[in-house]
Amino acid sequence: MSDDPDGADTSDDAGTLGYQQARWTDSDQRYEPLLSEKDTTEVEVGGDDSPLPDDLTRDSLELPALSEPELARHYTRLSQMNYGVESGPFPLGSCTMKYNPKFTEDVAAIPDGAVHPDRPDDSVQGTLAVMAGLQDYLGRIGGMDAVTLQPPAGAAGEYAGILIAKAYHEANGEDRDEIVVPDTAHGTNFASAALAGYDVVELPSAEDGRVDLDALDAAVGEDTAALMLTNPNTLGLFERDIETIAGIVHDAGGLLYYDGANLNALLGRARPGDMGFDIMHYNVHKTFATPHGGGGPGAGPVGVKSELAPFLPSPHVRERPEGSGYERYEPEHSVGKVHGFEGNWLVLIKAYAYIARLGDPGLADASAKAVLNANYLATQLDYEVPFGPFHHEFVASAGEQDAADVAKRMLDYGVHPPTTKWPETVGEALMTEPTEIEGKRTLDQLAAAFDAVAGEDDTTLDAAPTETSARRIDQVAAARTPRLSWQALDE
Amino acid sequence: MTDNDTRGSPYAPHTQTETAAMLDAVGVDSEEALFDIPEGVRFSDGFGIEPGSEREIRREIERTLSRNEDLTELLGRGHYDHYVPSLVDHLADRSEFLTSYTQYQPEVAQGFLQALFEYQSMLVELTGLDVANCSMYDAATALGEAATLAQRVRSISGDRVLVPAHVAPGRRGVLENYAAGAGVTVESYPMDDGAVDTDALEGQIGEGVAMVYAETPTVRGVIEESLSAVGEVADDHDVLFCLGSDPVALALLEEPASVGADVVIGDASTLGLGRSYGMGLGMFATREDYLRQVPGRLVGAGDDDSGRRAYTLTLQTREQHIRKERATSNICTNQAWVALRTAIHAAWLGPDGLADLAEECVRYPQDLAARLDEIEGVQAPVHDRHHFREFLARTDQPATAVAADLRERGYAVHDVGEHLLGICVTERTAETIDDFVEAMAEVAP
Repeated sequence: MSDDPDGADTSDDAGTLGYQQARWTDSDQRYEPLLSEKDTTEVEVGGDDSPLPDDLTRDSLELPALSEPELARHYTRLSQMNYGVESGPFPLGSCTMKYNPKFTEDVAAIPDGAVHPDRPDDSVQGTLAVMAGLQDYLGRIGGMDAVTLQPPAGAAGEYAGILIAKAYHEANGEDRDEIVVPDTAHGTNFASAALAGYDVVELPSAEDGRVDLDALDAAVGEDTAALMLTNPNTLGLFERDIETIAGIVHDAGGLLYYDGANLNALLGRARPGDMGFDIMHYNVHKTFATPHGGGGPGAGPVGVKSELAPFLPSPHVRERPEGSGYERYEPEHSVGKVHGFEGNWLVLIKAYAYIARLGDPGLADASAKAVLNANYLATQLDYEVPFGPFHHEFVASAGEQDAADVAKRMLDYGVHPPTTKWPETVGEALMTEPTEIEGKRTLDQLAAAFDAVAGEDDTTLDAAPTETSARRIDQVAAARTPRLSWQALDE
Repeated sequence: MTDNDTRGSPYAPHTQTETAAMLDAVGVDSEEALFDIPEGVRFSDGFGIEPGSEREIRREIERTLSRNEDLTELLGRGHYDHYVPSLVDHLADRSEFLTSYTQYQPEVAQGFLQALFEYQSMLVELTGLDVANCSMYDAATALGEAATLAQRVRSISGDRVLVPAHVAPGRRGVLENYAAGAGVTVESYPMDDGAVDTDALEGQIGEGVAMVYAETPTVRGVIEESLSAVGEVADDHDVLFCLGSDPVALALLEEPASVGADVVIGDASTLGLGRSYGMGLGMFATREDYLRQVPGRLVGAGDDDSGRRAYTLTLQTREQHIRKERATSNICTNQAWVALRTAIHAAWLGPDGLADLAEECVRYPQDLAARLDEIEGVQAPVHDRHHFREFLARTDQPATAVAADLRERGYAVHDVGEHLLGICVTERTAETIDDFVEAMAEVAP
């Protein structure tokens, strides 16, 4: 499909990529067999040689027994039937699929960092120094006074942040039971507020895709504990009225919560803390380039203004008051624990390394190129792209086509498709975030993929994808008859 | 790009010519003109973070981490150090796995989906329950999610959750936060010589209890012997029985389903991760009855257009991106890559290797406790029970003093308070154990 298979063409008219994903299969019934289909061995457990009496042990254990070479081949094949950032363009809106620098993996593997969290502070000064350093970096970047690293993901950060808001209001003798969330917000905002026991008030967007100030005024009152806001929002639009918004919420006695999912748009240009936000979380697996790992682990540090610092989770890391080294302590009015230990260390250290590598100029450039890429790509598409100007992402509309079908067909052009059908403020939404890692040529190939699909008919779209490991999967049928384990396949 | 070029992001490939052409296409003069940010909230001061070359940053972090003391850790209490085979790193680090996203486009993500499906299946075998999700953050948050699940199950009513008196404070702390959001309170029930006091539990369970939690092994390493009785008490009172364990222990101990467990939680990263400053992998398995109430992602098998079996995330209407505030949980990003590691490690061990490792986890603490017990000023184990990986020792000297003296000799143990030390032993060389026993003999009397 590519018009320049040798890659020599440097003209503006880049063609689409050609792509054929690996497809391992040993029959017309299945692809790579399951481990259990390669071997199932039942062993007796307990018995005469067991260190435990029989009534405390299971009778048997039935699992695959395969050699290391067989396993190496199994998982290598599975990896070939999977698409990552290093496979090709991955412009998944709101997910910030950056390249994950290799050296951060090596940093996370430094043997001295492999320690148990229950050691005394004096014996883990290195680990605590890295944590304190990351807290400091994140505070500067977000304009926040104190940062906890404990939440293990963005949603966990939201939850921790809402717990902090709750504890703050309670300490002030206030009983506020509502969290206000815009209709374009990430689903986690609603769910995190509910998990913390709040009623959720959904705020309709204005016609320009931003917060409707009248609606906000009407929604906010003495019951409002906080407004949760993403800025730029999920349409890639900066909330220009942020100062007014902050005023409305603060005047009502509420707090302003910043969802950090879109922070990659603002590095070095604006800080949540300066916009009036009291609490924020950072998605280090987005903004700070730690790998998404097929869904996780991430980390969701939470930053707060100084008046909220006494409520941070426990333990918190700080420089010792006497100035020699670091210590962990329980903040005065701590909300307690949001993770069994102290969060996802192996993720946090990668974020620390990334920030240290880039520094001010690198971080500012990352945002500049991320925003440039989104705006450039938006101008190159045949699909309609409402709203703008954009920051890190834009939402195109597939128009008369079904956005989900468009996504399936894009896979055939060797690119991961955008987030689809969300936010609902744009019909047949294609939410697109190229990030800073793509150069012009790749963006042109990406645009060519969009445009190729835009010109295709429903029959072609319905038949897609054809070049991927599996063909279109009937997800409705899979949900109707859940088969969630190899044991369930035999039933 | 050279390693010393720190003028911009080394991971943005734009040449100046390209940047100019792109700005031109957008119709602006400069990158700064792209930022639609009102003057009042513009930030131009800089963060004061100096960039560094890759080589410099690696060396700096190596230097910083070298400030961690070189100690032999005999630490557990929820975070364990099992040997992780090389295969795990090399396969899990393949970039198609490591740099991929949640499998919202299953056709292009069959590999990871299948690995997660296999992980779920392994947990189904180990727990005897019908359903396992493909990960929570850690054992503590999985326990919290179990409590909120109990609140959603219609056949269960009540606003109290009962947990053992001996439970890791972090685990209980997270549970208390999750419970508070659901209007539930957490109470302790007493232990008898380190294990569930079933009579006391039965007396306490009465009205308004939604869930009872027990662990095997406990935070003190005790293997519970009365789990069937706990299951019966829970069943008699229509209370959810949540059992905490981990995949290594479950390879040897009674199957949770056979003792009446409704939910099994724990740290599945006892396989696959090793020491990582407390990072974990929340295991969550339950009965089919509660399938629609399960938190987190589930991978299911279906069919594709070629008629072949293929995998997909399923029952997504439970989740936050669709159900918003009515979702079963707020979890989105999870620990999928750790689950991949756990599955590879479990597959590498196989059923024999897994059962053997579990038996070692019984023999090691048994042997070490017996040797420590011979030392003047030490009684071990404190509880007259079978142990898994770890046990308590009582010292005549204050535990804080003994722990400090051991640290001077290069060992880290848990100071559990007053005269109690927590000691955890996984795959250590005989020499390490001999040296530790010798150190204890020096400091304990």
